[in-house]
Amino acid sequence: MSAVLTWAVLCAQVLLGLAMACSTLRILWGPRAQDRVVGFDSLYVNAMLLVLTFGIRSGSALYFEAALMIALLGFVGTVALAKFLLRGEVIE
Amino acid sequence: MNEGVELPLVAAILTAMLLIVGAATTLIGSLGLMRLGTFYQRVHAPTLGTTLGTSCIALASMIYFSTLGTRPVLHELLLVVFVTITTPITLMVLVRAAVFREKLEDQAASTSQTEKRERR
Repeated sequence: MSAVLTWAVLCAQVLLGLAMACSTLRILWGPRAQDRVVGFDSLYVNAMLLVLTFGIRSGSALYFEAALMIALLGFVGTVALAKFLLRGEVIE
Repeated sequence: MNEGVELPLVAAILTAMLLIVGAATTLIGSLGLMRLGTFYQRVHAPTLGTTLGTSCIALASMIYFSTLGTRPVLHELLLVVFVTITTPITLMVLVRAAVFREKLEDQAASTSQTEKRERR
């Protein structure tokens, strides 16, 4: 792994960590419940991208499956939360 | 880190650029989520991360593993397609929920006002 790529992966991880911090702040501040749900949506996408950069860093293809699981379960969780806000119950 | 295989310089620079562009775009989207004023403005911002950020970083991962394994590795496309399809669905349901809740609150506020007026 060349020095350029090591530096770039570190830089991208710092930027994605900052993005996760911004989303967490929106979850904490969010004046309404829907703001918190949007913050959660952004948080899991950022976490998925961070896992992908960890995969590039370690050179292992296993991280891809973890990222796919995060994307799937995060989508299901966000839609369930949105349905709960809409109706007051998840399964109708 | 695997030190055994050395990446060609072109592939390394391309991967590095795509990684940094994708991460910076995601950070801009999350900054917008943190800073913008109303809920309907804030919904727009993180889509920058879910479309441009995800496709750039997945492309970087594809280039890296393809040059490392000397064969095309395309399964990151699955991630891009999935995230690009699911984000509009999520946000549409969420905005519908927000509109519904605001309408309910407006109705509650107007009925309480009319009750006050009748009491007078």
